[in-house]
Amino acid sequence: MEPVITADRLTIRFGAFTAVGEVSLSVGRGEIFGFLGPNGSGKTTFIKALCGLIPIHSGQGSILGLDVRTRVREIKHHIGYMSQKFGLYEDLTVQENLDFYGSVYGLTSAALAARKRELIEFTSLGPYLNRHAQRLSGGWKQRLALACALIHSPEVVFLDEPTAGIDPVARRALWDLLFTLSGQGVTFFVTTHYMDEAERCSRAGYIYLSRLIAIGSIDELRRMPEANPPGATRLELRMEHSSAALAIVRRLPYIHESTIFGRSVHVLIEEASIPRLAGDLAASGITAAIQPAEVSLEDIFVTLTNRIASEASK
Amino acid sequence: MKDNLFAGLTPVSRKEFVHLSRDRATVFFALAIPVLQLILFGFAIDTNVRQVPTAVLDSSRTQESRRLIESFANSDVFDIRYAAASEEDLYEHFRAGKVKAGIRIPPDYARLIQEGRQATVQLLADGSDSTITSQTVATAGGIALQESLRRLLGAQARPPVEVRPAVLYNPGLRSPNFFVPGLVAIMMQLMVIMLTAFSIVRERERGTLDQMWLTPVAPLGLMVGKIIPYGVLAYFELSVVLAIMRYVFQVPVHGSLALLYLLSLPFVLTVMGVALLISTRAQTQAEAFQMAMGTLLPSVFLSGYIFLIENMPAGFQAISWFIPATYYIAIVRGIVLRGAGLAELWPQACALVLMGCLSVLLASRAFVRTRG
Repeated sequence: MEPVITADRLTIRFGAFTAVGEVSLSVGRGEIFGFLGPNGSGKTTFIKALCGLIPIHSGQGSILGLDVRTRVREIKHHIGYMSQKFGLYEDLTVQENLDFYGSVYGLTSAALAARKRELIEFTSLGPYLNRHAQRLSGGWKQRLALACALIHSPEVVFLDEPTAGIDPVARRALWDLLFTLSGQGVTFFVTTHYMDEAERCSRAGYIYLSRLIAIGSIDELRRMPEANPPGATRLELRMEHSSAALAIVRRLPYIHESTIFGRSVHVLIEEASIPRLAGDLAASGITAAIQPAEVSLEDIFVTLTNRIASEASK
Repeated sequence: MKDNLFAGLTPVSRKEFVHLSRDRATVFFALAIPVLQLILFGFAIDTNVRQVPTAVLDSSRTQESRRLIESFANSDVFDIRYAAASEEDLYEHFRAGKVKAGIRIPPDYARLIQEGRQATVQLLADGSDSTITSQTVATAGGIALQESLRRLLGAQARPPVEVRPAVLYNPGLRSPNFFVPGLVAIMMQLMVIMLTAFSIVRERERGTLDQMWLTPVAPLGLMVGKIIPYGVLAYFELSVVLAIMRYVFQVPVHGSLALLYLLSLPFVLTVMGVALLISTRAQTQAEAFQMAMGTLLPSVFLSGYIFLIENMPAGFQAISWFIPATYYIAIVRGIVLRGAGLAELWPQACALVLMGCLSVLLASRAFVRTRG
């Protein structure tokens, strides 16, 4: 697959602080790449560096084969960007926001009119054209922001937490739009906190403490040895009072991880100790239905994060 | 398409005009506030001393003493409001704040004059207002001198020497003539700095500035695109303020209006530069407001707007040379009050042009640098 976004040992420093440390990745045309990590881990900084807004300390970054250090001006015509803040002018109407971003990219009025027609149809913004952006709901603002980011038909689009604070229906609607566009060859680089969104991506990377600690397709990530330690397996314990039981489960020495999903507790357990589990739980007055659990992206990232945190504390 | 240094200028300034047309509060702030201030200051600030409330303690109670009191009353400076019954009563009027001046005529006033000896009349002045004090003391001295001459030379004789003042440029000695042209400069500075800085910092606060830098808009394109609408607004405001000055305060413009508009350009550019520098530093509009106020204070107090630069200590005089308003106020007063032209105002004009260039240059550099 033709690489559209590449980073090679890309490092960004602010003084003595390393915001992004030696991140290498490559995203192919038409991919939706999910970039995950806790707040402050360097996600936004990495995007800004790839867009040429923050100087790169060492390593390489390129978009469509253009070096981000030297060809920023050209790159800008090929990338779109949509942030959590949307970057809309609240006192301008939907139409005026589109017009402004279109004219900023130097679109001729004919090209702008044609592109606007496409985007308005695509995002269903038609009924709201003369409404001021501040009077749109979050979901519609987000569609307008996406339309503005797409006005110059970019080949690569960066979405920085595009769905933060948006209701689930609007989130799904946005993802449907992204899939349509990726089918047309547009490449997306998406940061998110939502694991269900990450699982929709064709590939994902996880950045923690400024370092990329996992990258691959969702299946590859699920099979990562770090996420599935040898001799351990994941189980789901269905029970009545899961929150009360969690503290008891965590005290068992052969349980490495545990987390609540509604009325069940997911655990990472030493395989050799599985036969003891039901007895130990019963001794504490807990009856649970035990069944194997599929590893989720969240499990993987929690495992990886804990491992690095414990290594760091040693 | 090519991206030049000023890429994005047209769309940005077009958008800015739309913002302005929507933002009633800002337009109100830009136009109504200066007009209100102008009217308030123009009418309220009157440094001329007139009709000072005065009490008289006439212990002589003679034709001579009444004559003297009449001379005081006939001057425009004293307004004889109270006749004090006693010394204690006279001081009580001061303490109560009813009077700012007092005249005490001794019991032997008429007798001493008739005997050809020197009679002493005491003028009491409230020293808490130095302008009133100096004006009343000077006027009283004049009245005493006049009265003395009349006694010495006889009623019909003319004094051998007379000084006839002819006040140039502001013959009525009206305060608005002095204050209003200066106010033009202060108002322009306040408006330009606030609006320009706010318009950029607001975009930083809302995240649209970050978005803008990801488009092909160049820093200078954004900067100039922002400047143009507020420059137009500044000139509009200048016209409104000048019209009020001319028709409400009746301050005629003696010089060339065209020259005034021309020389306003370097001033507007200078303060725009300051505004842009503020906008590169301030993260929030509140911060920008504080910084704008910081630039306003020296401009008000050290530019010659209120206090004469010539009367300041040397250190403050030196500071005033670095304040753009100093030169612009001198230019506005020169053109409006004295009908001065470029032949007289070239030093101030040169200083402003220099400051304008420097300020815009520094601002552009800061703007290009801090872009991200």
